Amino acid sequence: MANAFAQLRDSDIWWSFKRSPVTVISAIVALICIVTAVAAPFIAPHNPFDVATLNLLDAFKPPAWIDEGEADYLLGTDDQGRDLLSAILYGARISLFVGISATVFAALVGVSVGLLAGFLGGTVDALLMRIADIQLTFPSILVALLVDGIVRAAVPREVHDQIALFVVVVAIGISEWPKFARPVRGSTMVERNKEYVLAARVIGVSSFRIMTGHVLPNVLGPVLVIATLNLGLAILAEATLSFLGVGVPPTQPSLGTLIRVGNDFLFSGEWWITIFPGVSLVIMVLSVNLLGDWLRDALNPKLR
Amino acid sequence: MRQWIAVALLATLLGSQVASARTVRWAASGDPNTLDPHSQNVGTVAMVLQQIYDTLITRTETLGLAPGLALTWEQAEPNRWRLTLREGVRFHEGEAFTSDDVVFSLTRALAPTSNFGIYVDTIESVREAGPLAVDIITKTPDPILPNKLASVFMMSRSWSERNNAPRPQNTRTREEMFTVRNTNGTGAFRMTVREPDVRTVMARNDAWWGWREATSANANVTEIIFRPIGSDPTRVAALLSGEVDFVLDPPLQDLARLRAAPGIRVLEGPEVRTIFLAFDTFRDELLYSDVRGRNPFRDLRVRHALYHAIDIAAINRTTMRGQSVPTGTLFPPQVNGYVQAEDIRLPLDAARARTLLTEAGYPQGFGITLDCPNNRYINDEQICQAIVAMWARIGVRTQLNSMPLAPYFAKIQRDDTSAYMLGWGVPTLDALYSFQSLVATRNGAQGDGIWNYGRYSNPAMDALIQRMKVESGAARLATIAEALRVVRTDVPVIPLHHQMIPWAMRSNIAIPHMANNQPYFRWARVE
Repeated sequence: MANAFAQLRDSDIWWSFKRSPVTVISAIVALICIVTAVAAPFIAPHNPFDVATLNLLDAFKPPAWIDEGEADYLLGTDDQGRDLLSAILYGARISLFVGISATVFAALVGVSVGLLAGFLGGTVDALLMRIADIQLTFPSILVALLVDGIVRAAVPREVHDQIALFVVVVAIGISEWPKFARPVRGSTMVERNKEYVLAARVIGVSSFRIMTGHVLPNVLGPVLVIATLNLGLAILAEATLSFLGVGVPPTQPSLGTLIRVGNDFLFSGEWWITIFPGVSLVIMVLSVNLLGDWLRDALNPKLR
Repeated sequence: MRQWIAVALLATLLGSQVASARTVRWAASGDPNTLDPHSQNVGTVAMVLQQIYDTLITRTETLGLAPGLALTWEQAEPNRWRLTLREGVRFHEGEAFTSDDVVFSLTRALAPTSNFGIYVDTIESVREAGPLAVDIITKTPDPILPNKLASVFMMSRSWSERNNAPRPQNTRTREEMFTVRNTNGTGAFRMTVREPDVRTVMARNDAWWGWREATSANANVTEIIFRPIGSDPTRVAALLSGEVDFVLDPPLQDLARLRAAPGIRVLEGPEVRTIFLAFDTFRDELLYSDVRGRNPFRDLRVRHALYHAIDIAAINRTTMRGQSVPTGTLFPPQVNGYVQAEDIRLPLDAARARTLLTEAGYPQGFGITLDCPNNRYINDEQICQAIVAMWARIGVRTQLNSMPLAPYFAKIQRDDTSAYMLGWGVPTLDALYSFQSLVATRNGAQGDGIWNYGRYSNPAMDALIQRMKVESGAARLATIAEALRVVRTDVPVIPLHHQMIPWAMRSNIAIPHMANNQPYFRWARVE
């Protein structure tokens, strides 16, 4: 373990990381986002999911630093008396969970498809890549809406509320897998003809072993970059779906749901209900995206 | 070239202004879920239909009665009303309006798929008494029949039969038929475009009989473009930016801003509509609950407990921003039969509520689902959310199921609910309408319990309602007061408040504010 750290400290990546203050700051911010989101139940001042603790008397309280604000509700409260800070912490948790799960799901599907298409070539390649091409002609949010709509029509409402979170994960994952499949296919086609693959073939290693054991590790570099960049997009996609009211159910408000609720009060002076979740979303996505940008540059040998 | 473009631009700009001068672009949160005149007795449907269809007897600005398609009406015998019809009226598609159309329309409203039975329930038969005279035979003497007829739209027999719509659409099965998307009335406006959930366009019917009436002397609206805009801020932004001219239901949180905005006017007034919660008190086991083998809502102590848990003052202050009148009774004071002494709420008392639940055998509370519309009444979903939190505090774990009005009404009208929110307007301005629709035992007879989706049934209440139908004068008022007492003590519904209804519009529109929340564009003037 210590060895690995030492190796990392000596590497080019660490060097380029240290040299870029923007990257260091976004890494710290992203880390804070993740830690606070994961630890939300322990650090949030209130539990916004426990409706029994809500009191209408506390509704529409402005942030603490404004007159009439209360220290107990640092960022103010929403129309039902929910503490906004707690709601944001819990909401970020759901946004992050959906974002990461959807990205992992998309990466799993995309890498498998790309590997298969690139390695096997021929009809399989043509078929899988045309599917990817067709899907890329649709905006990904449309695909996510379609998947969500089909599931909604297929299962009864009560069941849907229970599985809503996973539906959103799958919907966003399905809409983004081609982004992983295409670069992986390209890299695989390059690796497929390299000597170590030919050597493995000669000694009779099965195609499956060659794909997973030999080619896969060599094509994962770009996947890491795409995954990081895609995480931001997936979080935004979830927020968009929730803002449209088709994402996670309102009983588990994500940042998008909070923004939608607050949107009703945008004109009436209660700006904090929508602004704070919005700002949190921007900070979270921006820090993840800046990290992804840096990773792309750091791993690109041409820019070194 | 550039000058020509400028001229063309200017011309279109001027042209559009001239054209839009008489156009009212009207927005509301919900779209009518049907245009069939007799299948949904719902304000959202009536607000569009009453521009297109006429009734025999119409309402005045103060909700009094005025001649409509009928010029006179009199109770010739105790059981017979004689109506004389207006001469020379034509439907939008050219058919002449005759007494046969009245017979057809009233009979249609009596059909099993009708949702307007409450207005025609006492009618035994309708007979032509000449081309312009109609006799309505009632089962029992019905002194308030004209009040009821003021809500029944008149259709053309030949048009309806030609288009296979001799009976109303069945909304419970979400049936599709010609009258759902097409109209043919005698009214002031003729529908030209109908795109459900997008827009409905109505053009002035120059041949309308009423333009000659004094109330419409100054009216000049030539076109109405109705657009449902579900999102509150979008609806307000549309008004502020001039995209729409009239908003029927501006969100309460934005009233202050609208009042301060230049060129915008807010009209305010009470609505004859009471918002309440009702429960399935019929089934032995609820459809949506974690209680097995019994129905908690059949226990009066449970209904009392849920009532005690509601902090109506907080809802009034925060959710409704003062734009509501909290109530403990079934209808507001404008309605004939209202008794101040029965308008008393059970006090907010969470401790008492918990005790009652324990006594009823639910010391740990129980779980239920509350069905709630999210674009029908003012802040309906927010009210339900607040109530969910209030009930949670006494241990009743409530799952909120909120949905737009079209699927919502279809759901509760199938009795597919355990607890639901409803708002009841009283177009007849008489107490019987509320009792009969909401708390009478549903017995298949037209009108009785037709909106009683919890299937509350109380023989004492039914007896009082039957007396209300035939009594008159002081005896009837005493019966109504007694029925109100039963409502207060037996809690078939938990009343919340009467709605206040602000309307927001551009200052150049003059239109009377109506307590039935219906904009009558036939009386409107655009400067």
